[in-house]
Amino acid sequence: MKDFIKRVDARWWYSAVAVLAILYPLIMIALYGQKSDRWIQVANFFFIYALLGLSLNIILGYAGLFQLGHAAFYAVGAYTTAILSTQFHIPILVLLPISGLVAMVFAVLISRPILHLRGDYLCIVTIGFGEIVRIALRNDVKSLVFLGKIPGLGFLTDALSDAVFTGGPNGIFGIARPGIPIGSLAERIKDLPILKVLGLAVRDHSLVLRGHTAYFYLFLAFVAFTIFAMRRLENSRLGRAWMCIREDELAAEAMGIDTVRAKLLAFAIGAAWAGVAGNLYASWVTVIAPETFSFWESCIMFCIVVLGGTGSIPGVLVGTVGMIVLPELLRTWLANIQQWRMLAFGTAMIVMMVFRPEGFWPSRRFRYELEAAREEVAGAQAG
Amino acid sequence: MEATFRPWYQQGWFYAFISLFLAAVLVLTGYRLSGPVFLQQLVNGLTIGSFYALIALGYTMVYGVLKLINFAHGDLFMSGAYLGFTFLGMLIGAGLSGQLLWYLLPIFLIVMVIVAIAGVVLERTAYRPLRRAGRLAPVVSALGASIFLENAVMLIYGAKYRSYPKEVIPDVRWAIGGARLTLMQVAMLVTAFLLMAALYIFIHYTRVGTAIRAVALDHDTSRLMGINVNGIITLVFVIGPALGAAGGIMVGLYYGRIYFTLGWVYGLKAFTAAILGGIGNIPGAMVGGLLLGIIEAFATGFVSDAWKNAIAFFILILILIFRPTGLLGERVAEKL
Repeated sequence: MKDFIKRVDARWWYSAVAVLAILYPLIMIALYGQKSDRWIQVANFFFIYALLGLSLNIILGYAGLFQLGHAAFYAVGAYTTAILSTQFHIPILVLLPISGLVAMVFAVLISRPILHLRGDYLCIVTIGFGEIVRIALRNDVKSLVFLGKIPGLGFLTDALSDAVFTGGPNGIFGIARPGIPIGSLAERIKDLPILKVLGLAVRDHSLVLRGHTAYFYLFLAFVAFTIFAMRRLENSRLGRAWMCIREDELAAEAMGIDTVRAKLLAFAIGAAWAGVAGNLYASWVTVIAPETFSFWESCIMFCIVVLGGTGSIPGVLVGTVGMIVLPELLRTWLANIQQWRMLAFGTAMIVMMVFRPEGFWPSRRFRYELEAAREEVAGAQAG
Repeated sequence: MEATFRPWYQQGWFYAFISLFLAAVLVLTGYRLSGPVFLQQLVNGLTIGSFYALIALGYTMVYGVLKLINFAHGDLFMSGAYLGFTFLGMLIGAGLSGQLLWYLLPIFLIVMVIVAIAGVVLERTAYRPLRRAGRLAPVVSALGASIFLENAVMLIYGAKYRSYPKEVIPDVRWAIGGARLTLMQVAMLVTAFLLMAALYIFIHYTRVGTAIRAVALDHDTSRLMGINVNGIITLVFVIGPALGAAGGIMVGLYYGRIYFTLGWVYGLKAFTAAILGGIGNIPGAMVGGLLLGIIEAFATGFVSDAWKNAIAFFILILILIFRPTGLLGERVAEKL
């Protein structure tokens, strides 16, 4: 079997996976009919979390920075989209790069002062930023009325008392769906039955994404692009600099790598990607609330990267299957013992780490690193 | 930890004296400026802070010996709260509701023992196999254990709030300078401080305590000195969860109701407190916990309840920017 896998050209495997992915909604419709929507929805969640995992993989996997507050960047992207879409009616696809940029600027601003922190201290600071963002979103600007009590800022009391910005605990409703203007073509294709199957609709001379299937293809295209970009990034000068920092920061600095700049870029690029994922998510569900971006969400992203294999792109995809798709499958398989589902899930996480501490599909480089560290310990104990 | 000569102005007692003096000045000015509110928030903050400190000790001791963040510690604390609830309920069922106060000490001891056993089992199954697996894998394993414990408690007790019996500790109140002090608060503060003092004496003045400090410094050298390193690690997983369980019952008694995500909420706070004081440092966890409680209480009293957690995290980040290893953390050059 192993020989067979090796003999077949890798390109064939990629093509097979791509074809399967493209046909997935059709297969699901053929298998489950009306109920297929749920499985397409699960696939869409898979794509969103794969994007988030790949973006966190830059910070945690490549650069080795202990980041446990990634939901903050995701939230910034999603809320940028939601606010600009509902209040200023800017089209979603225009907001795609804007959300990424806003998240990037936010990440640079907050990570610059904390880059000198090491390991676990960085971890709690990122958790802290994540929580601050969530609390700020939940409280909205209205809750800042107390600032009006400060002498000289009295005008704020009136200005803030019924301002609405993030929608408080209820979040923001009615985010627009992405549409592509197609002009006069709209008249000609609007009655085609294929549109309904694909979850598309024609409105005001543009093609609007409505159903899960349409989003499936949008997300699939974006994930494919991300994987391609990550592979290029991994082997770039910057990517190699990140891995060098992860392995030995002092040595990296001695080799002439500007570690502060490289770490800042890791945060910036990772955050930008998470912001874009936020945009896609917001336009898909059209309702967002602050609790979607809790600390638990950051933990899920963290587990996706570590369970799958730190610093490995296929690893992140496998990790996403484990953290997002597996609980859904357990819901179906363990239908009779529903309540034991999360117990099984928690146990699976421990068992997985005990038996494969390097993750399910680690990058070769990270495995060597772990083995070298283990031999060092063993050598010290023997000697 | 080499014994270097330090002039008097670098001695620990000098810092302690200066800190106490500054604290006294701050308290007096605060009282002059805003009177009873200040005093009330100070009392509330100290009470909450002592809970945080008790839980933070579990994080900081485990981190000290294993360099591992035990994310499941908050859930051990929560199971302590639920076990206390069960035992109190059993006593009420046995018709002893009038004398619950006298049974509190045995309840504390039993719950602490049970949770300590859970802590040891956790270490054996989820952390010991991963001791040489880098630093990321144990975090995921800890999160898995946390999910497991949380859902186990939810399955056993249900997802709704559970109420602790009222009036276990008589409702006695005193008024001091316009602020209200209850017997409950005094009891909580005294218990927490007794536990922390006992731990401090144990760590600093007994042979086993010295062994714990040695293991925290260097596993291999401790092993050469004849210390049973695995035994010490097990002991740490006895002490930490036991203190956390005591904290759990205290939180239940103080607030009167518990819920299964309690561990998540308090765990994050206590971890913050441990980092604030300098993780791995036992007095640091106590100082960090009390300080975090006071910051939160003042943020509630003077700014806004909705923003208290954000303010606490903001102050933590500020402190870490200027003191990257926490308030009392040693300034060590990390070997990579």
